[in-house]
Amino acid sequence: MSTPKPAGELLSVTGLRKHFPIRRGILQRQVGAVQAVDGLTFSVNRGETLSLVGESGCGKTTTGRLLTRLLEPTSGKIVLDGRDISHLSMSAMRPLRCDVQMIFQDPYSSLNPRHTVGTIVGAPFRLQKVRPENGVKRAVQDLLELVGLNPEHYNRYPHEFSGGQRQRIGIARTLALKPKLIVADEPVSALDVSIQAQVVNLLEDLQDEFNLTYVMIAHDLSVVRHVSDRVAVMYLGKIMEIADRTSLYERPMHPYTVALLSAVPVPDTSRRTRRERIRLQGDVPSPINPPVGCRFHTRCWKAQEVCKVEEPALAELAPGHRAACHFPENVGGSV
Amino acid sequence: MSHIPEDSLDSGAGLPFLQVRNLRVHFPTDDGVVKSVDDLSFSVERGKTLGIVGESGSGKSVTSLSIMGLHKEGAARISGEILLDGRNLVGMDREKVRLLRGKRMAMIFQDPLSAMHPYYTVGAQIVEAYRVHNKVAKQVARKHAIDLLARVGIPNPKSRVDDYPHQFSGGMRQRAMIAMALSCDPELLIADEPTTALDVTVQAQILDLIRDLQQEFDSAVVLITHDLGVVAELADDIMVMYAGRAVEHSTATDIFNSPQHPYTWGLLGSMPRLDRERSERLQPIKGTPPSLINVPDGCPFNPRCAYAGRNGDLSFTERPEFRDIGGGHHIACHLPTEDRHHIWDEEIRPKL
Repeated sequence: MSTPKPAGELLSVTGLRKHFPIRRGILQRQVGAVQAVDGLTFSVNRGETLSLVGESGCGKTTTGRLLTRLLEPTSGKIVLDGRDISHLSMSAMRPLRCDVQMIFQDPYSSLNPRHTVGTIVGAPFRLQKVRPENGVKRAVQDLLELVGLNPEHYNRYPHEFSGGQRQRIGIARTLALKPKLIVADEPVSALDVSIQAQVVNLLEDLQDEFNLTYVMIAHDLSVVRHVSDRVAVMYLGKIMEIADRTSLYERPMHPYTVALLSAVPVPDTSRRTRRERIRLQGDVPSPINPPVGCRFHTRCWKAQEVCKVEEPALAELAPGHRAACHFPENVGGSV
Repeated sequence: MSHIPEDSLDSGAGLPFLQVRNLRVHFPTDDGVVKSVDDLSFSVERGKTLGIVGESGSGKSVTSLSIMGLHKEGAARISGEILLDGRNLVGMDREKVRLLRGKRMAMIFQDPLSAMHPYYTVGAQIVEAYRVHNKVAKQVARKHAIDLLARVGIPNPKSRVDDYPHQFSGGMRQRAMIAMALSCDPELLIADEPTTALDVTVQAQILDLIRDLQQEFDSAVVLITHDLGVVAELADDIMVMYAGRAVEHSTATDIFNSPQHPYTWGLLGSMPRLDRERSERLQPIKGTPPSLINVPDGCPFNPRCAYAGRNGDLSFTERPEFRDIGGGHHIACHLPTEDRHHIWDEEIRPKL
């Protein structure tokens, strides 16, 4: 595997779209489309963690699947390490899978119950016809040790492990081929709090050790603040705000981000009365028929006429801080 | 349906509405007895909220199911006392419990998609629950269902009442289930992870709704969750459970401002918090929760506890007594008081 280059862009995404067609009738004519991802532009630098956050249905998981090319984008461009992978075929994509791997949310359904841990973690070597120096078994045991599992458990089956341990197995499999980019789809949300912290720490240690680049998909804003370098807030298939961590959490500009942050429950009883919470009304509108203009205007307390007509551009309002809003908050202050 | 005769045991006189005493729920299995809940005692008064916090397998859901009488007959061995308004539910005739369920105590489940019947409309399910306990005409019950849906904030309740659960979004299903639970004005409401399946913005709406409804109906609420943030929003008292037992129980303020049990410290240390400076590293609790068939000897938390063994061998040999350490703050821990204060002040508090 190539040695990691120190800095620079690893992944760049331009105008990424994924529309799932809705077909009806005998002729299966397309009557509409679920606009799951609708025009994303962002980039990820080597060694950093970018998190995608948003409510369910905002398109964050679809984005993850597009980046790993488990889905084919409707339009737009994905460039990984200087190579355009947006429309590569299955077979052309296969060698690149060494570089992009995925961690799944559910540690129960993402491991084959009929395979031993050895087979599961060794599968990437077999599929990519990679011969590790000291044999597959040795490599797998090293990986198990790396993620904090007992290498003696090589011959055990997934059901013999707890949720947190299974997630570690999934992480070991992900690391087998020393990928450059790891897309982690809700890697800790299925785990208990005490175990969640163990896995978060493990992911951070591995990042430091192997200079990994993460695209983290998550909905828990506290975890996201802990692990990310930069955060992108998504709503109905679009990025509403993208900024580095400190800037986003301390000076959120988009009203949606402000509302999300204010809704996070905080383990402090004294804040219960003091806290001014922004209550968003209703649910996320359907991505089949997203609102025209700003997609958030139906739930936004700052919305005015212009929001219903004109879609705001994702503009850079402070260095490295972009937001798509006509009436952003926290602008003009000291940066 | 017959109505329950109001017996003379009508407590009212200062007794807590729900009292659980020495509750044990054991499940015999081929591998051994699973002691899901072992010697648990607590009480909840009208108008108050008790938060029960713990990891999966700590026995919090089993506790709530036994209060509701929802364990299959024969599968669970239940002993101890569950006093609802003075009447013991353990060993009570199942038909009698059925009459209390829905009317005086109701439950909100975690996953409304599996807790609601997919084949019946939301309205039909609320009407059914209401008519089991109240002899009213269908039209009256339907009117009541519409009112309830409006009360929990479903838009267009008149037309949505005829929708099926799958036509509702996740947040709306959870609201509909709350409406169903409230249909007979229960005095005890058990909410088992009511917001775990929901997005934060919807979670905030549902928590506000539960709080408002509690104030309106003056009911006792038991809130079961693994999320310390959620209990901090709602609970008056908090009980932390580990391996089927209570390890700490006090007022919410005490639990967050001066927790005394190493497990509670661990829970607070493992969660990243938005209201604090970002810490470089989370402080997880090492290891995993124990098997409930082979609960460790001594303190069940000892294999994961960083402070086990500070009091001789006690942690490994003797089960710590759940005792009052002043002001109604209960803990089950062998740490000598002085050590505990010292550790909290010097090591734990600065890191939280």
